[in-house]
Amino acid sequence: MVNLLRGPDSDWFKNRINRAMLVVVLGFLILMSRLFYLQIAEGDNFRKLSENNCIRKRTVTSPRGIVYDRNGIQLVDNRPSFDLQIIPQDARPVDSTIQKLSDYLGIPVEEFRAPLEKSKGSPSYKPVVLKKDIGWDLMSAVEVKGFDLPGIQVAVKQRRFYMEESVASHLLGYIGEVSQAELDNESLSEYKSGDSIGKAGIEKSFEKILRGKRGEELVEVNAAGMVVKVINSREAGPGDNVYLAIDVNLQKRAEALLAGKAASLVAMDISTGQILVMASSPSYDQNLFIGGISGPEWKNLVTNPLRPLENKVIQAEYPPASTYKIITAMAGLEEGVVDRNTSFFCGGQLKHGDRYFRCWKKGGHGQVDVIDAMAESCDVYFYHVGQRLGVDRIAWYAKAAGLGQLTGIDLDHEEKGLIPSSIWKRQKKKVPWHSGETLSISIGQGYDLTTPIQMLGVIAAVGNGGVRLRPHLLKMVKAPDGEVVYESKPEIIGHLPVSQANLQIIKDGLFEVVNTKRGTASIARLPDATMYGKTGTAQVIGRKGDGPERFADDQKPHAWFVAFAEKEGKPGIALSVMVEHGEHGSSGAAPIARDIIRLYFDGEGEDSPNTNDKSVDGNIESPELLIF
Amino acid sequence: MIGKREIDNFSWGLIAVIFLLGIVSTSTIYSALAGDPSGAGAGFALKQAIWYCAGFVAMLFISLFNYRILEKWGYAVFMACLLMLVAVLLFGKLVAGSRRWLDLGVFALQPSEFAKIGAIIVLAKYYSISMTVQGYNMRDLFAPVLLMLCPFVLILVQPDLGTALLIGFISISITLFVKVEKKTLIISVLCGIVVVISAWFFLLKEYQKQRIMTFLNPEHDPLGSGYHVIQSKIAIGSGMLFGKGYLKGTQSHLSFLPEQHTDFIFSVFTEEWGFVGAVTLLVLYMILIAIGLNIANNSRDHFGTVLCIGVLSMIFWQVFINVGMIMGLLPVVGVPLPLISYGGSSVLTTLIGCGIILNVGMRRFSNS
Repeated sequence: MVNLLRGPDSDWFKNRINRAMLVVVLGFLILMSRLFYLQIAEGDNFRKLSENNCIRKRTVTSPRGIVYDRNGIQLVDNRPSFDLQIIPQDARPVDSTIQKLSDYLGIPVEEFRAPLEKSKGSPSYKPVVLKKDIGWDLMSAVEVKGFDLPGIQVAVKQRRFYMEESVASHLLGYIGEVSQAELDNESLSEYKSGDSIGKAGIEKSFEKILRGKRGEELVEVNAAGMVVKVINSREAGPGDNVYLAIDVNLQKRAEALLAGKAASLVAMDISTGQILVMASSPSYDQNLFIGGISGPEWKNLVTNPLRPLENKVIQAEYPPASTYKIITAMAGLEEGVVDRNTSFFCGGQLKHGDRYFRCWKKGGHGQVDVIDAMAESCDVYFYHVGQRLGVDRIAWYAKAAGLGQLTGIDLDHEEKGLIPSSIWKRQKKKVPWHSGETLSISIGQGYDLTTPIQMLGVIAAVGNGGVRLRPHLLKMVKAPDGEVVYESKPEIIGHLPVSQANLQIIKDGLFEVVNTKRGTASIARLPDATMYGKTGTAQVIGRKGDGPERFADDQKPHAWFVAFAEKEGKPGIALSVMVEHGEHGSSGAAPIARDIIRLYFDGEGEDSPNTNDKSVDGNIESPELLIF
Repeated sequence: MIGKREIDNFSWGLIAVIFLLGIVSTSTIYSALAGDPSGAGAGFALKQAIWYCAGFVAMLFISLFNYRILEKWGYAVFMACLLMLVAVLLFGKLVAGSRRWLDLGVFALQPSEFAKIGAIIVLAKYYSISMTVQGYNMRDLFAPVLLMLCPFVLILVQPDLGTALLIGFISISITLFVKVEKKTLIISVLCGIVVVISAWFFLLKEYQKQRIMTFLNPEHDPLGSGYHVIQSKIAIGSGMLFGKGYLKGTQSHLSFLPEQHTDFIFSVFTEEWGFVGAVTLLVLYMILIAIGLNIANNSRDHFGTVLCIGVLSMIFWQVFINVGMIMGLLPVVGVPLPLISYGGSSVLTTLIGCGIILNVGMRRFSNS
């Protein structure tokens, strides 16, 4: 019709269709000749291959990268371990094979049934692990009886091994079998079920570096599943080795000092931000996790009131107590509400409205200026400063110093803490800020919550002239051939909001804390290193009345001590020590810090004196914020 | 709509071939999954049979109306296909890193399959309006190239390289059929080479490049994508002349083959039915195409002819690429074997295409 009129004639079109048919016939001839080649010419070969069934792909696990401390001392290793496997297809009949296996090894058959049951639905040529990490004796028994156990094999796997049980466990973390949730995660698409993956600590944070490349082998097997020849293989590439900033000697000493307590110690090189020690107590043995932790063992860990699984350095939040006076002093000086010479009288308490806010020292400190107030941790002085500042100005300085926010350390699951402000309270608690609460805040009590690593950040910045560095654990990464592929550099994340002149005043105060008789941490003084610090005693429960200070063990206040120290020839070190229910910052935490500093500078350290011995120093600070 | 004349010209031969392919499809899917301990084989075969029935209904339904309404509605159909492709990118179900399926609750549709039909209708419409004896020049080809780029790109980003290439193959086949000027042809080929080279560097994903590299050099990655081809070749080769017998294929039952009920189903069939079976199956396809070409030849207008050529090129290229790929002749790209591979959208699309051919055949003499 219409179309025919405007187009070419039909003969021309016929011609095109014939050509199309020609193309089609040609195409099918190509396919058929290929079929002929595969099925007739080469058919015999392929038939043989298929009968032996034949070519299989096996994965070869790659050794995970090794973890060292800053001085090259090995913390983690891989050791070969042996898994007993069955390939159901080769082991037919499966039931009699596992019965024989059970007889030879003396292991009840039921133990093998469970994993087989679980693997139902997966292809029968895929190995099923019957028993993980069998010993040499079982392995050799299987090898000897191999001829009688078709489809049974022993696979060599690399297993993680933590050289010193429980040392730095929070930091190192552990690995485990990749979970279904992780397999579903798109960014982890290269993992297959059964693979290991870092679950916590640096094993998790540095998974990509440590993991290495999976190897694969294409093998020809015979009817019993024995490898006849390796057709092709891609070698497994070991992961890169990680050098942590940690000094394992310091770490061990710190852990020994914290033993038996719920406590933490974290120390940093103030010039680089490298974390030298990160100890959290009590610890746990990561080796427990390797073969899969047992139910009772897990229950023990999670129900322990001392929370062994928590990395208290980055996850535990406490009121900063008197260590927070650094912030209040900084805000007061910078905002001009006090200067070096401003002094207040401390008579042991301050009346605010109709309430009395007490100083920890009942009799009062008398007339004190900012240096005295820091040295003796006078609460009344800081109540005055807080009154003049108001909560929001204090909060601004605290946040600018890095409190109430993540430090960005290279570990997962860091907690933020809390720095309250009037807006925060209106939004969260639906009530206006109460001016009395500002007094609590100015001595680090009330809603204030910080983590030990945040306080470390503050004290380290005071120590290095006001530069806030990102704390980090990774010092260096080396490829398996020894080539350095990454080296950490100091990363500046901000500056303390303080002038150098005012920073000097704060430093002078912190110097007096340690180096004068009246200072609350005079116990921590070292003869040949210059040390600055601030104690803190965070109350756990409100104290009633005036009675003698006697607390049940789990109601004793928490002990804080933050410090930095300098000595010629070595970079300065900053520390943050927190001992839960340690009672006094001065006696419970400061001596621990002193020990670590001494070991750091001199390579030696003494056992700390009995930290409960209050007679060492007359200046024992008591918990602050005693309101009545 | 349907008179005696239409019924007289109904192509019973085409129906017979489709029926035979349906039997091959369901029985092979059953066999491919018979080794699966979950007993999925019967379920999948039944589902495929249901899709076949649905496709049959769709095919008959399409032959009810005069195919020339497709010319009128060509752009609308094409737009609907493009919208589905956009929808799948926005709301599609993510499976193994690709968004290809629209989840409709009871079943999932693969819009890229239907886009093939949309592309065929639009091209047939465009070319039948402007047919020339001397062939198309550059300017004439500008519009169709632009039109085809839309589904091509939308499918490529899913990503589904196989189907995107197929759209390209179908469009090129149709265009070559309606004739292109010699000069234009040469320039187009040169442009094509440039595009392919730049696509290699800027468009293709690493795994896609690897598949092509594997094809060019099978030793390149015997552990990765080459592994599938090795296993598939063993399955096919071991079938020899008469095959191992139905349900007796060892390779495929042991799940050595990946996706043995979809893209690799020809290996399963060939292992069990041998060279004789495989050639018979290929001959069935040839008969189907020959019937189609005959209908194209007798069509009363160019629109009908080009429609048939489009559908037939779709079927031909899928067979050629799929069978070629699993025999190690072509790179591994995801292209189903039409009417055999498991998959509702694919069966439905192919049967809708066959419905169009039937329709053209039935109305070779009618004027309305």
